[in-house]
Formats: sequence, structure tokens, C-alpha cells
Amino acid sequence: MSLLTDAPLRTDNLDALESEAIHIFREVAGEFDRPVILFSGGKDSTVLLHLALKAFWPAPVPFALLHVDTGHNFQEVLDFRDDVVRLHDLRLVVAEVQDWIDDGRLQERPDGTRNPLQTVPLLDTINERKYDAVFGGGRRDEEKARAKERIFSLRNAFGQWEPRRQRPELWNLYNGRHKPGEHVRVFPLSNWTELDIWRYIQRESINLPSIYYSHQREVFLRDGMWLASGPWGGPRDNETAELKTIRYRTVGDGSCTGAVESEATSIEDVIAEVTASRLTERGATRADDRLSEAAMEDRKREGYF
Amino acid sequence: MTDLLRLATAGSVDDGKSTLVGRLLYDTKSVLADQLDAVHRASADKGLSTPDLSLLVDGLRSEREQGITIDVAYRYFATPKRNFVLADTPGHVQYTRNTVTGASTAQLAVVLVDARKGVIEQTRRHIVVLALLGVPRLALAVNKIDLVDYSEAVYQQIVQDFHAHAHGLGYAEDALVTIPLSALVGDNVVDRSANTPWYEGPTLLEHLESVPVDADPRDVPFRFPVQYVIRPRTEDFKDYRGYAGQVAAGVVRAGDEIVVLPGGRTTTVVKIDTADGELEEATAGQSVTLLLEHDLDIARGDLLATANARPRLTDELDVTLCWLSDKELRAGARVLIKHGTKTTQGMVVTLRSRFDEQSLSTVDGPESLGLNEIGQVSLRTAEQLPVDDYSQSRRTGAFLVIDQADGSTLAAGLVGAPLPILNGAQSPTPSDGHGLVNPGP
Repeated sequence: MSLLTDAPLRTDNLDALESEAIHIFREVAGEFDRPVILFSGGKDSTVLLHLALKAFWPAPVPFALLHVDTGHNFQEVLDFRDDVVRLHDLRLVVAEVQDWIDDGRLQERPDGTRNPLQTVPLLDTINERKYDAVFGGGRRDEEKARAKERIFSLRNAFGQWEPRRQRPELWNLYNGRHKPGEHVRVFPLSNWTELDIWRYIQRESINLPSIYYSHQREVFLRDGMWLASGPWGGPRDNETAELKTIRYRTVGDGSCTGAVESEATSIEDVIAEVTASRLTERGATRADDRLSEAAMEDRKREGYF
Repeated sequence: MTDLLRLATAGSVDDGKSTLVGRLLYDTKSVLADQLDAVHRASADKGLSTPDLSLLVDGLRSEREQGITIDVAYRYFATPKRNFVLADTPGHVQYTRNTVTGASTAQLAVVLVDARKGVIEQTRRHIVVLALLGVPRLALAVNKIDLVDYSEAVYQQIVQDFHAHAHGLGYAEDALVTIPLSALVGDNVVDRSANTPWYEGPTLLEHLESVPVDADPRDVPFRFPVQYVIRPRTEDFKDYRGYAGQVAAGVVRAGDEIVVLPGGRTTTVVKIDTADGELEEATAGQSVTLLLEHDLDIARGDLLATANARPRLTDELDVTLCWLSDKELRAGARVLIKHGTKTTQGMVVTLRSRFDEQSLSTVDGPESLGLNEIGQVSLRTAEQLPVDDYSQSRRTGAFLVIDQADGSTLAAGLVGAPLPILNGAQSPTPSDGHGLVNPGP
């Protein structure tokens, strides 16, 4: 990727968003001692990593990656995660929720979902490894509470988000000062929308786990959502598994990430589908956000992303 | 290729701002079925017969409970013509803090007034803050026009008041647009209303889609705060030493002579690099890596600038502060100043004046500066800073004031006195705009 280009008129919104994200990565590299990128292999964190690679090119990314693995992740995504780490010669730290369950720091929930259990291993790992800046792929268009999140979001020693005590964020001057024990969550994709992400994936030819594209899978309907069977529990007695042509719009804990029926096999198909969709990404595919009007706000206050 | 417009909203309590933003999202089909279901459910729970569109944007639990907007919220919507990033700023408590935040990156602000009340004190203050922060364009949304029976006379009076005030702050005629609308009913927000036959201008969305996004001017001096030094030390890039940053103002081309500040050494740009390859030139807003001819000692915090049009290098600054903290500012205070990529210690030498929002005039020699107050201050810094006036550059003329003890952001700082009215000028005269060189985000 090296050609002398004509002086480009940078009016495209993807160029503006890319430049903004690269600026944020470099600010963190310049001002923090131990940053880490949350990397799950999902599309947002894959775009995040792509931007980090561009921000420091031709030098390697000066951060490690961290994945909190619920043990309920899709194998295709874990394989993709490991391939990417190998390809770019990165360092990956994996915090296994299972380890926290095994030694009693966490308890399995009656409903079997492990998504809410990620918060404790995340905070423990941040503390143990003394990470002071933690990059996440969160976007403000995802959810109402996220719309009020700063790009640099200060967390107290308990990892908590206090919406009423957020710092004003002025110009492109980010204030990352924090006390020992506190850390800052950093969201370089704050101003991106789901469609921006897909258009960027297309423009930059970014590889994604195969489950983002249409494929056949045995799924069952629960609470209006197509779930795949797996270690998080298969169909219950009143639920029947069917073979369907589906894809995933988001990728997370298998117990609460629903598939959408889709014939979109290519990036062009996906963009057409997202453009026409009448449901938000989270509304369509995340059982965890359906719990209450303030489900995301409550989890963020506890230290979730 | 679609471009991006960053806008902010400003309005007083009950002007219907959340409803307007909800209406924009709703009528541009940026609200999807599940979000709408949630609004319908929540509206029904509150006993309302029509959906309360403000519920689309009031995200926090306490906001919904109190029916008010507390914090700046960012909204995203797109039409085939343009993508929009909207900073929705609440109008009541801490309005300066929130308006300053939203305005700092906005290319346009939508100012809301209630047609029944017209341009009130708070509207005037909002516009002062928007003008101070250098928002290049204003759109006045005369909301609730249905509640004054779509009266043209009422509308014209408000337009006159608005124009008089905005001109006084330096806005030129072509930077202002006024629109009679009803966010609740939908008149002139997205669709043209049959109820205002006397109005021939654009609907709000038509205006937002067609208003020129002021391109970052190319004929202003180049400024580049160094963020990070890239030294791969790999086989392929053994001697590579690049200075990474985002162009803050102007244009840079290979071969340009630049000066490194505060050091003062000059050198030449050899190459403009990116992960996608070399560029012939880079303009404001672009993140690039510069390779220079000489091996100088350059680090984060330095500023690269055009050698023949240098910023002022000084440790004594006359500035305007928008105070954003509960802790009062008094003369003698020691603070941190973050300017570009440089953070240095600073001391407030004197409080010269405070802007009185009631009388829209200045008070000399105030004792202190409190939350949401704006004042003129003399600062001394531990190290020399390369600055431009804020009226010349929204980047190299801006800085943060940070609390040394707890790290919180205390104030938005602007070099110089961007508005005559804040400098004690009695009757500001209309000028032809701000002369801003960098209206970019």
C-alpha cells in the first residue's frame, strides 16, 4: 500500500473519522504508560485494531491486546482473533471468565448467560496489569447511554462510570489525567455509525470472522431471538432447533447474541442489508439490552464497556 | 462520497430541543423500529397519547425521571446528501459548560427559541458563547410556531431581534438563517409546511443538507503539534524517524521550510507519510507523519509551523476563560495548561474582567470567576507556548485549564479576546464575519 497519491480533497466522512481515530490513538500513546486494546475479534474491535496499525505504521502497535473470554464465544471468532494476533505479531492477554468461576470469584447465573460476568475479570485484569488506558470499540450510535459517553472516559478505582461527573470534552484536546488506580476508557470509534464501520471494512478490505456473513446454522427461537446451541445451553424442551440461513450482526457471548436471517454473503450485501434494516444492531441481536430502558447505563456504571 | 457536518444545538429550557432532535432523527428515518417501540411503550407508561420524541434522546435514567436533558449527547443521522454529527446540549443547568463543549467542534449551531417568548436573555447568552467559540454559522429555529397561529408578524419580530444581536457579535448576513418551525407537529423541520405560506426559505433539514461546510482554509499558516515520534527500528525501516500528528491549520507540502517550536531550529519537510502511502500535501484535519531533513531533537509537545509565518512564542498570555468547574478561580491560582500536545504549568496573574451575562457587558477586576462564568485573565506559563489568537485558529488558539491536584478540566481557554463585547467594547459594530481560519472540528 504505497503509491504517491494526488493531493486528495479530504471531504469524505470516512477520511475524517479515520483521521480522528488515528489522532486519538496517538494521543494515548503519547500520554499513558500502559494502554491496552480490548480485542474480541468482532467487527468493531477489528476496525479498531486496523486503525491502530495505521496510526503507528511503519512501527508496530505499541499496545497489547486484551480479550475477556466468557467461554461462550463462537469458535470461528476465536480462531480469527488468534490468526490476527499471529499475522501482526501482537501480544494478546486473555482473561477467561471460567477461571473466575472455578476459583469462586464469580458464580454462574441461573439463566446461563455469561455476558454480565465479564465485568469483574475485566476490572481485575486492568488492576493486576496496571493498565491505565483501555481502548474499546464502543460507538455512541449504539445506545442512548453510550450517546453521552466521552471519547476519554474516566473510571474510578472501581472501574465505574459516573455520568454526572464526566469531564467536558473540548475541541480535540483530551484530558487523560487520572489518579493512581483510576484508568481511562478510550473510544476512538465514538463518532462512527454501524454503516460507517461496514463502509470502512469494505473500503479497507478488512477481513472479518465468517459468521458475519450468511451461512447455515442450527438455531432456536428464544425471546424473539435466533440463538445457536452451544456450551451456553441448547434448545429447552419447548424450543426446537431448525436449520436456517443466517448471519450475525454483532458478535458476543453466545448465550445472548442473536442471529438474523440473512442471505448477505458479501460485504456489498451486508451494506445493503444494514442500510435497509429497520432495527438497530443491538435491538436486533442483543438480549442483554432488552432487559430495561437503562440496561446499558446500569452495566456501564458497574464498569462494563 | 458524502461529507460530514458537525453541528450543535442550543436552546433554553422547554424550547423543545429534545423534541426537535427527536423529530430530525424520526423524519430522516434515523430512528429504527425497536427504538420507536421503546418510545411508544415509555410514552404510554407516562400516560401520553402521542409518542414523546424527547425520549429518543434523553438517555440517562435521571434524565427520563426528571424529564430533562443533563449532559451533552451525540446523535448521528445521515441523508443521501450528508452525514451529521449532532452535539445535543442541554439548556438549563450548566448551560455554558455544555454549550461550550458542543460549540468547540461545531461548524454550525441550531439556536432554538420558543415563538411565544422570542429572543430571551438566555438565547442572547447562548449566542455570545457560540460566537465566542467561533461557531461559523447559526440557524435560528423559531419553534412552536403553531402556538402563535403561524403568525408571520411574530416570526419577523424574532428574526429582527436575532439578527441585531448576531450582527453585533460579528456574524455576517450569509452566516445566519432563520426558520419558523414546529418540532412537535413537524412543520418545516424536514417537510415544508402548508401552514407557513409566507415563508419561502428552506426547511431545517434542507438547510443542514445544503449549507456550505466551510472547508479548512488553505491560505493560512501551517501548524502541526507533534503527537508522537515513530521510530520502528526494524530491518526495513532502520533509520526511519517520523513525527506523527494531525494538521491543526493550513497546508504542508514536501519541500516546505518549517520551524520547530519552542526550540526555533528550522528544517525542511522531506516526506509526508501515511500507512496508505506518501502524500504530496496534507491539509487541516489530516493525521499524517512528517519526515524532516535534519535530525533535530523533536518530541511530543513541540509544534511544527511555517517558517515564514510563525505563531507567537510567549509565556505571558492574555486569554479568555470559560470557567467550567465548581471551584472558583482566584488570582494566584496554579494550574496546568494543555495547549496542543503540550502540557505545562501556569499561574493566573490577574483577573482582568468578567462578562456580566445579565447586562451583556463586562465588570472590571472581579474577585473570582465561578462556574459557567466567562472572563479575561492574564496567565503566566512555566514554558513558552507557540500560540495564535483564537480568532485566527480554533486549534492553536485553544487550550484546557486543568486542576493540578485532581486532574479535572477547569476551563476552556481561548487566546486573546475573540469577541469585542467581552473586551469591554461598548457597542460592538457589525463586521463581516470572524475571520476564523480553522472552523474544522
